[in-house]
Amino acid sequence: MTNFFLYLTLIAYFGATGLWLLFFLAQRQGYYRAGAWVMAGGLACHTLVLIQRAWAAGALPAATFGETLLLFAWALVAAFLVLIWRYPIKILGTLVAPLAALMVSGSLILPARQGVVSPLLQGFWLTVHICLTLTGYAALALAGLGGILYLIQERQIKSKRFGFFHRRLPSLSQLDNLNYWCLTIGFPLLTGGIISGSLYAQHTLGRFWSWDPKEILTIIAWLIYAVLLHERLTVGWRGRRAALLAICGFLVLVCTFVGANLWLSGYHSFARFIQAP
Amino acid sequence: MNLLLCGVNHKTAPVALREKLACLIPDVAHAYDHLKSWPEVSESLLYTTCNRVEVMCVSEAPDGAAARVREFFARHPEIAPGDLDESFYVHRDREAVQHFFRVAASLDSMVVGEPQILGQVKKAYREAAMHHATGPILNRLVHKAFSVAKRVRGETGIGDHAVSVSYAAIAMAKKIFGDLAGKNVLLLGAGEMAELALEHLKGQGAGKITVANRTLERGVALARRFHGEAVSLEELPEQLLFADILISSTGAGDLILTRDQVKGVMRRRKQRPLFLIDIAVPRDLDPDINDLDNVYLYNIDDLNEVVQQGWQHRRHEATKAERLVAAETLKFLLWLETLEVYPTIIALKDKAEAICRAELKKTLNQLGPLTEEQRQALEVLTASVTQKLLHDPIIFLKRNRRPRNPHQELDLVRRLFHLDPDRNGGIPEND
Repeated sequence: MTNFFLYLTLIAYFGATGLWLLFFLAQRQGYYRAGAWVMAGGLACHTLVLIQRAWAAGALPAATFGETLLLFAWALVAAFLVLIWRYPIKILGTLVAPLAALMVSGSLILPARQGVVSPLLQGFWLTVHICLTLTGYAALALAGLGGILYLIQERQIKSKRFGFFHRRLPSLSQLDNLNYWCLTIGFPLLTGGIISGSLYAQHTLGRFWSWDPKEILTIIAWLIYAVLLHERLTVGWRGRRAALLAICGFLVLVCTFVGANLWLSGYHSFARFIQAP
Repeated sequence: MNLLLCGVNHKTAPVALREKLACLIPDVAHAYDHLKSWPEVSESLLYTTCNRVEVMCVSEAPDGAAARVREFFARHPEIAPGDLDESFYVHRDREAVQHFFRVAASLDSMVVGEPQILGQVKKAYREAAMHHATGPILNRLVHKAFSVAKRVRGETGIGDHAVSVSYAAIAMAKKIFGDLAGKNVLLLGAGEMAELALEHLKGQGAGKITVANRTLERGVALARRFHGEAVSLEELPEQLLFADILISSTGAGDLILTRDQVKGVMRRRKQRPLFLIDIAVPRDLDPDINDLDNVYLYNIDDLNEVVQQGWQHRRHEATKAERLVAAETLKFLLWLETLEVYPTIIALKDKAEAICRAELKKTLNQLGPLTEEQRQALEVLTASVTQKLLHDPIIFLKRNRRPRNPHQELDLVRRLFHLDPDRNGGIPEND
């Protein structure tokens, strides 16, 4: 049954991708609105899947790479829908929808969990850690994607060569505000995620910090965002530099999320979360 | 019944002739009195825009009506009949509808996509309606034209791109700031183009306006016009702290603002974006300023380039709009054709009703006294029998219209029900 909803989610995300691409090309508001509703429908199905899985496992389903991708996709879509409800940067959907669709497909392709989840992965504080980190990632990912759009638009305005994107992308100030908005929300969430994680580590493993690759990469990303936020607030860094840093931070986060799980090993790797049956 | 559109426009007539013709119109009441007095014309609409004087009418005798309109145009004392030979055009039916739609959608304008035309046509239509010059056909045509214009505006990007330098500057400012409300403008020097841009910016809700001029008097006068403030040129770096948009058009021979000056200012303004527009020749602003982050410098050539691209874009979008107009024209002509079947349908119904009445009368006489209810039942019976019998032929008339020979069915039905008693109702005798 959950797989039925999962497929429904996938279809909805791909559908929204198509609709938003059409919106991007044809610039008709109808496509955009339809895309937003399809996306919201997809999110509802997605939520059902997660609730069912969490119910069955007795904890947030985040023990394998696939499961975590699914969780992250949910957080990204939810964050995006909140964003466009408050702050309509419509064109961002053309990036977010395919990304979400790919992540959900990834979670379907990746091997399912075999064996029992380590007891380390159950408990209230760990749930808090996962939730905070993933929503933080989602907001910061939006800042990074917005940064890409900013750089494209800024390039066109500076070079005075207006191509295909110029008319379709929003104004620089809107994109810069997106960067600020996502940063001020994502950064505290990520900070909270790191703190709750280290508290939990102290509680269970007896140490706050283990120099595990995932932790190191996360702290690098955190430092990048800290610098960006600080400079934004004090010297007024904005525009191109802010966009570049947001993209850098996002790339480090991708490394943290994908690289550290697949290629580097540490106690944060998914392989360690499963106990052989 | 034919649709007829005749007149002159910017492609056929020089401005002098158009001006003279436009003079005929101000007294609209008089003009419509004239148009309505012609027996050839059943409905008419008269409109002038900056680039045209045209009359749209519905007529049974199109040739006569066209000659009348031409005569009407030639009535102007300064126009010799020969003047109209080259410039006067007459469009009929399909061309007339298409031309009218193109005018309303601003495809036939000098500046394709300019938004004022629709307003002018709307105003003309209001006047025509006030003088009861339009009828069912023109009413429908005009409303269709409005909806075509709306669709063209909404579904193509025909009005999206700036085609004048001052609008191009505004469009760029919008791409940088999003919303121009509350953005402060600093004007360096004065000039026609700068003032035009300022006017547009004011219209977009721009904030404080400051004018810096070499001669303070001139600056004060300009500032007063825009409810702004005048400062001297020496205060420029200081003033740059508060401005978001700077328009420079001084007659100075060398640079007024260098890269390093702006760089220092940017640090002090906490990198808030700055849009510099340099429309002076020779240039006032150091071209290297554009390399600074969050500073965008456009000179007159850059803006002209934007305008060129705007034109290109409009031309491209206009082809899309033409397709839309062609489709809508076809739809309107189809509707016009269905109009032709209505007299037949009415004749059919009248005939059926007459038969009903006659037969009912006969039967009632034979049956003797009946109660009111029985009588009504008989009436309902006959009415519903004829109604149901006629239902199919009527639907057939409305729907089965062959584009190649639209009159064939009409003729058949008229003959079948013998609706033209004076015509030899049978088969054509010999051909």
